[in-house]
Amino acid sequence: MATTPSPILSVHALRKEFALRRRLPLGPRDTVKAVDDISFFVVEGEVLGLVGESGSGKTTVGRTVLRLMEPTGGTIRFRGRDITHLSRHALRPVRSDMQLVFQDPFASLNPRMTIGRIVETPLLVHRPKLAAAERRELVADALRLVGLAPEFAARYPHEFSGGQRQRVGIARALILRPGFLVADEPVSALDVSIQAQVVNLLRELRAELGLSILFIAHDLAVVGHISDRVAVMYLGKLVELAPTRTLFRTPRHPYTEALLSAAPEPDPDRRRARIVLAGDPPSAVNPPSGCRFRTRCRYAEPACAEAIPPLNEVAPGHFSACRRPELVLQGAG
Amino acid sequence: MTDTMLEVTGLSVRFRTDAGTVPAVNEVSFTLARGETLALVGESGSGKSVTSLAVMRLLPPPPGCDVRGQVRLAGTQELLALPEPVMREIRGSRIAMVFQEPMTSLNPVLPIGEQIAEPLRYHRGIPRAAASKEATRLLERVGIPEPGKRLASYPHQLSGGMRQRVMIAIALACDPDVLIADEPTTALDVTVQAQILELLKDLQARTGMAMLFITHNLGVVAEVADRVMVMYAGRVVEQAPARTLFHAPRMPYTRGLLQSVPRMVPLEALGAPLAAIPGNVPDPANLPYGCAFAPRCAHMRPDPCEAALPALDPVAPDHLVRCARWQDLAA
Amino acid sequence: MRHRLALGGLAIILLLVLLAAFGPYVSPYNELTIDIRHRFAAPFAGTHILGTDQLGRDMLTRLEMAGRISLTVGCAAMVLSTIAGTVVGVLAGYYGGVIGAVLMRLVDAMLCFPSIFLLLALAAFVEPSLLSITVIIAATGWMEVARLVEAQVRALRDRDFAVAALALGASDRMIMFRELIPNAVAPIVVAATLNVARAILLESYISFLGYGIQPPVPSWGNMLNNAQEYLVSAPWLAILPGAAITLAVTGFNFLGDGLRDALDPRLDIR
Repeated sequence: MATTPSPILSVHALRKEFALRRRLPLGPRDTVKAVDDISFFVVEGEVLGLVGESGSGKTTVGRTVLRLMEPTGGTIRFRGRDITHLSRHALRPVRSDMQLVFQDPFASLNPRMTIGRIVETPLLVHRPKLAAAERRELVADALRLVGLAPEFAARYPHEFSGGQRQRVGIARALILRPGFLVADEPVSALDVSIQAQVVNLLRELRAELGLSILFIAHDLAVVGHISDRVAVMYLGKLVELAPTRTLFRTPRHPYTEALLSAAPEPDPDRRRARIVLAGDPPSAVNPPSGCRFRTRCRYAEPACAEAIPPLNEVAPGHFSACRRPELVLQGAG
Repeated sequence: MTDTMLEVTGLSVRFRTDAGTVPAVNEVSFTLARGETLALVGESGSGKSVTSLAVMRLLPPPPGCDVRGQVRLAGTQELLALPEPVMREIRGSRIAMVFQEPMTSLNPVLPIGEQIAEPLRYHRGIPRAAASKEATRLLERVGIPEPGKRLASYPHQLSGGMRQRVMIAIALACDPDVLIADEPTTALDVTVQAQILELLKDLQARTGMAMLFITHNLGVVAEVADRVMVMYAGRVVEQAPARTLFHAPRMPYTRGLLQSVPRMVPLEALGAPLAAIPGNVPDPANLPYGCAFAPRCAHMRPDPCEAALPALDPVAPDHLVRCARWQDLAA
Repeated sequence: MRHRLALGGLAIILLLVLLAAFGPYVSPYNELTIDIRHRFAAPFAGTHILGTDQLGRDMLTRLEMAGRISLTVGCAAMVLSTIAGTVVGVLAGYYGGVIGAVLMRLVDAMLCFPSIFLLLALAAFVEPSLLSITVIIAATGWMEVARLVEAQVRALRDRDFAVAALALGASDRMIMFRELIPNAVAPIVVAATLNVARAILLESYISFLGYGIQPPVPSWGNMLNNAQEYLVSAPWLAILPGAAITLAVTGFNFLGDGLRDALDPRLDIR
C-alpha cells in the first residue's frame, strides 16, 4: 500500500441511507441502506470499475462521492482533503475537479439549449470572467477532443444521435479538465456499435488527460475493457475488489462467480453450464442477516447468517468479503 | 421434417410523418419452424421491433402506417388481410408476444391472477374458477414460488424478473404456436436475465413452440438462437444458422458488430481497444443510395456498393448475405 | 387543423390591435365629442359607420379607444401575473419542502376566492385607475401560472440535465433560470395567452359594474353598462361592445389553444 501513488479519491466506511414513507402515521420509518460501509480508493490515473446489478447501490456511490447527496456516515477524501460535509459553497471550487457523465444521453442535455451553451455552462460557473470569444474557443476545443466538429455548437441535442449526445456530455464534463470523472453507466443506453466507440473514447481521453475514472456499469465485459481494477457490489456492500484480469480469471466471491457465469458471451459454442442464481435479490429494506448474498449463494452455510463478513485481502491487492476463502470458484477464462 | 409455423414474405412497413414517408421495414422475409428460435438482431433504426409489431398487426392503421407483404401462420391463414375481429382471435392465442418493459406491459391496477386468466377466458371461454386454477398452474410453470398466493398480487409488488415471468405466463396461457419476444431481458439484471433465458428455452423444449427473439445483445443471441437474422436500416443484411453467423459472417456489418462487442474471453484482450464501427446508424428517412451500410464500411468501393442496392445472395442454402462484395472479401 | 385555429386567433387579434392602435387617428370623429343632434344613429345608416350612442358619440371610435384600454390592461396584467406566477412557481417547485408547501398553500388560499369578488373587494379600496386595475387583475391571475410552473419545475429538477448543472456547481439561481424555466416555457406561454383573454373579461366585468374604468373614458365594459337602459331602443349600444369583447376573448383563446398544441409535442423530442 505504501508504494502506490497517492489516491485521488479515498472513501472510508461510506454509508448512505434513504428513509421511506412511514407505513403507519407516527410509526417507525423504513430505511433503505443503499450504501452500507463501503471503503475503497481510486489511484491517480487509474480506472476503477464499479459493477453491480440494480439495487446494488453503485449509482448511489457515484453520486455520493461527488457530493450530490450527503452521506449518512463515513468519509470521502478528494486529493487528501475531507469533503464529506463541506457546504455547497465550499464544494464549488472542488467541483471543477470532479465531474459526472450520465447514463441517458437523451435526458442529460437540456433540450432547450444549443450544444455550445450546454458545453460552456461549466465555464460560466467556474470561470465567469472569461470573454465570450475565449469561451467559444474552449468549447470548440472540447468538442474536438471528443471527436465532434466545432460547428455542432450551434445545433440542438435533438438533432444528434445517442452516441453523439453522449460525446457532448463528455465534452461538458471535461471542458474544465477535471482530474476525476465518475461515469455512471455511460454506454448502457447506446447501440452496440456505438458503445465500443464511446468506450474507446474514454480510454483515449484517460491516457491523453491523465484522468482518473470511476466507471460504474452493470455489464462486466464493458467494465473489463476499460478498468484497471474492478469492485463488485451487492445490496449496498462491496463484495470483491481486485485487478481486472485477476477478478475475471480467479474470482473469490460466489456473487462474482455468478455474475461472470450469467453474462452471455457472443459465441454459441461457449454455452457453458450456467450458474443460475435462485430467486430474486432480497429486499434492501430488510436485508438478510450476516452475509447479504447467502440466500442465493450455492455455497452458503449456516454460519454465514451470523455476521457480516469483512472485506479481507485474500491475495495481494485482491479483496473478498466471503466467509469461505477456501472456495475454488470458476472464472471467465 | 420441420413444420413451418410462420412464413413472412416481402414484409414492408412505411410510416407517414410530418417529415414525409419513412420506410421502417423493407422487404423482410423469413420462416419459423416448430421448436426453432430465430433471433432478429439489429440496432436502433434497424426495424426489428416494427417487424414484430407488423406480424402481430399491432401497428397503427393506414394512412399513418402502411404494411405490405404476406404473413402466413401455420401455412393456412394470411394474417395481414384478415379482418380485425378474426385477428383478435389469433392474437394472444396462436401468436403471443412478450415485451421489454414488464412494468408498462402489465396493467398496474389489476391483480396478476386476473391478467393471466384474461386470455383463458377470452380465447377459450374458460369460466372464472377454472381459469384461476389454470393461472396458478401457469405461474408454477414459469417458476414463481407460492403461485396460489401470488394470484392476488399487483404488478408493483413483484420484482422485474417476476413481472417478466408473469408476462411469459400470460403469453403462454393459450399454448401459442409462435412466441414473439421483443427484447424480453434487456431491462433485467444479468443474473435474472440468465434465469429468464433458461425458462424460455425450457418452455420451448416442452411445448415445441416457435420463437422469434428480438434483441440487440449478441451474447443473448448466442444463448438462444438456432438461426439469426441481422437487420440494418430496415432490411435483412444477413441470415444464417447461429454458429455460421458467429464464426463465419460474410456481411461487413455483422463482422463489425461481432468485433465491437466487448468480451470477457480471452482475458488478454481485456484492456485492448475495441474495434468499433465508425459513424452512425443512418436516418431511416434519409437512407443513402445503394448499400445502406456503405458510408461506414471499411470495404466499401463506390462501384458496386454505392451504385445499387445489393440483393440478398445465397452464400450457402441456409446463409444469405446482402453485400455486393461478399465474394471478394475473405471468409 | 389546429394550426388554422391558432392562425385564425392571431388574425383576429392583429385586426383588433390595428384597429385599436390606428383607428382613432384615421377616424374623423373623437370618442369624447358629444353631438346630441345625431344621437342614437343606427349603424350602417349614415356617416357614423357603427352608429352613435346616447350622447351622439361615434361608436366605432369609442370601440377602438376602448379596445386600446382593454388590450393594454389585458396584456399588462398578463405580463405581471406571468412574472409573479413564474417566480413563485419556480421557487416552490425547485426548493420543495417547507418553502414549496407554504408557497403553494398561499396559492391555494388565493384560489379559494372567486376572482370577481376578490376583484371587487380590492377595487372597493383602491382608486380606479389604469394602473390599479391592471395590478388588481394581475393579482387574481398569477396563481394558475404558479401552479403550472411549480408542477413543471418539480418534474424537471430531477431530470439528468438539471442534476448535471448541480454537479457542475451551478448556483440555484442559475439552475432555475438557465436550465429549468426555458423548459417550462410552453405551458407558461399557453397560460399567459389564455390569461389575456381572462384579463380582458375581468376588466369588462369590473368596468360594467362601475368599479373599473370610469366614464367618459370608454371601456368595453362601461359601454355595456351605459347600454343597459337602451337595450330595446338602441340595441347596438350593447351588441357592439359585447361583440368586441367576444371577438377579443375568442381570438386569444384560439391562439392559446393552438399554441398549446404547437408547443407541447416539441418538448419531448428524442
